[in-house]
Amino acid sequence: MFKLSEQGLAEVKKELARYEAKESAIIPSLYIAQKENSGFVNPSVIHHLSQVMDIPEARINEVFKFYTMFNQKPVGKYHVQVCTNISCALEGSREMAGYICHELGVKYDEVTADGRFTVSKVECLGSCGTAPMMQVNDYYHEKLTPESAMNLLRGMK
Amino acid sequence: MAEVKILTEFYHLPEYQTLAGYQAKGGYETVPKALKMQAQQIIDEVKASGLRGRGGAGFPTGMKWGFLPKNGEPRYLLCNADEGEPGTFKDRMMMERAPHQLIEGMIISAFAIGSHKGYIYVRGEYVYPIECLNKAIQEAYAAGLLGKNILGSGFDFDLDVYRGAGAYICGEETGMISSLEGLKGQPKLKPPFPAVQGYLRKPTIVNNVETLAAVTYIIRDGAQAYRKNGTEKSSGTKLFSVSGNVVKPGNYEVPLGYPLMNLIMNECGGMKPGRKLKAVIPGGSSAPVLTAEEVAKANMDYESLAGLGTMLGSGAVIVIDDSQCMVDMLGVLTHFYAHESCGQCTPCREGTGWLNKILHAILEGRGRLQDIELLIKVADNMKGKTICALSDAAALPVLSFVNKFREEFEFYVREGRSKVKGTTYAEMHH
Repeated sequence: MFKLSEQGLAEVKKELARYEAKESAIIPSLYIAQKENSGFVNPSVIHHLSQVMDIPEARINEVFKFYTMFNQKPVGKYHVQVCTNISCALEGSREMAGYICHELGVKYDEVTADGRFTVSKVECLGSCGTAPMMQVNDYYHEKLTPESAMNLLRGMK
Repeated sequence: MAEVKILTEFYHLPEYQTLAGYQAKGGYETVPKALKMQAQQIIDEVKASGLRGRGGAGFPTGMKWGFLPKNGEPRYLLCNADEGEPGTFKDRMMMERAPHQLIEGMIISAFAIGSHKGYIYVRGEYVYPIECLNKAIQEAYAAGLLGKNILGSGFDFDLDVYRGAGAYICGEETGMISSLEGLKGQPKLKPPFPAVQGYLRKPTIVNNVETLAAVTYIIRDGAQAYRKNGTEKSSGTKLFSVSGNVVKPGNYEVPLGYPLMNLIMNECGGMKPGRKLKAVIPGGSSAPVLTAEEVAKANMDYESLAGLGTMLGSGAVIVIDDSQCMVDMLGVLTHFYAHESCGQCTPCREGTGWLNKILHAILEGRGRLQDIELLIKVADNMKGKTICALSDAAALPVLSFVNKFREEFEFYVREGRSKVKGTTYAEMHH
């Protein structure tokens, strides 16, 4: 069963007091819990947050399911998100995403056997002038080629 | 070169990100000036400037502020930094290079509308911009520019950042309000408009990053000075995010009314060697596409683009060259809107899904000639029938792509492969 760390719990409490409506703390708290649950959210996380926040599970669950940045399945240590929306597609991002999957020997949204990578195709990340690009966890990597993207990923242990 | 750098004059200086660097270039000098004015004077000045919302809708900012109730009811100022319109990356640059510029604009705007609490709603992926904003907000509090009794004026304003979590629809102002309230980011039926009943049912003004940043310069130099750039109805400068198949993509600040062809050929260095201009989406993915012939007639202002049946939108200019397949590119867009429909209204939820299914049937070689008419019929039935504009935003690209590049769609259906690329969808991408 998932349980927030002491620090995580303190952070959630802080968020609960931060906004005029306590429900505003659901999104920030999901981020905190997801980080402590190896990058994804499952029913046990929702259950725990519901108890800590005193908000019904269904209420937290609907928010969790609505937003794409909360992962419903485990992801690798490095979540590689390749923008395949129009500006990046014009500059070859779909081919780049396919190349990365091929090189890593994995399908989209799966975790590599060593647990290091998950590759996802995502919508516009606001990095259209520096296409193609990928976001790896919190960081943007811009002006890539398939080869330069793979070189970056190979360096991520 | 026709760049006119009002907002972006000092963006090349790394220290402009900090309070000291911003103040060294005159930053925050407009706050004491504004706080000595009457709130109504500021609103009048913004009205007189002709400033229009830079997020996409282009609604006159001063008029929006004017919809607030005139009583002393508590009200909120929300900055829309959800920047999700495909092709748009200007707000990200503004928050990274000049977070204090946004804060200054928000202090002045909050004072004008009588708000004591503001939020900057930033899309969740913008981790670095959020870091820049948080640092700048801390600096501003320490300098007495935020919080109680700002610069001894008696005016209080608290500002916080809210991080979204991945949903295009949260860029729609009532979707953003829902999200900030801890709900699914679903838009709300209007009226009541947010200015009357918004965040937590209190009067709320939602303005884009670029809009709020511009307010400072209008108050600093006056409405007339602001109007020196741009056209009569589209005043001032605008940041255009240019992406796609040009030599130098990037953000460029030019006066409104600037010819689109000049932006592409001069600022952006033209098309890549050996390639020809085929089409441009001038205002983010929701704006109807222009053919190369239309591009030659287009000026980057609200009226000129409306005259060509498209829109200025967020100022995201997506340039497409002759090596691109329009059927393939439309497939990218239908996928996006199907993914981002919030599911609330039937015409949008069903329509975006069907547009995407039909388009991908064509792309995968399973298309029938009548599917082209079906695309148009479905898209037509999605216009003006829903709570927010996402449904229209999904329909308009379909109608414009199909109508203007029809022979490419017909060829694709007949041959099961792209007229431009000569290959099938599977061969193109796998």
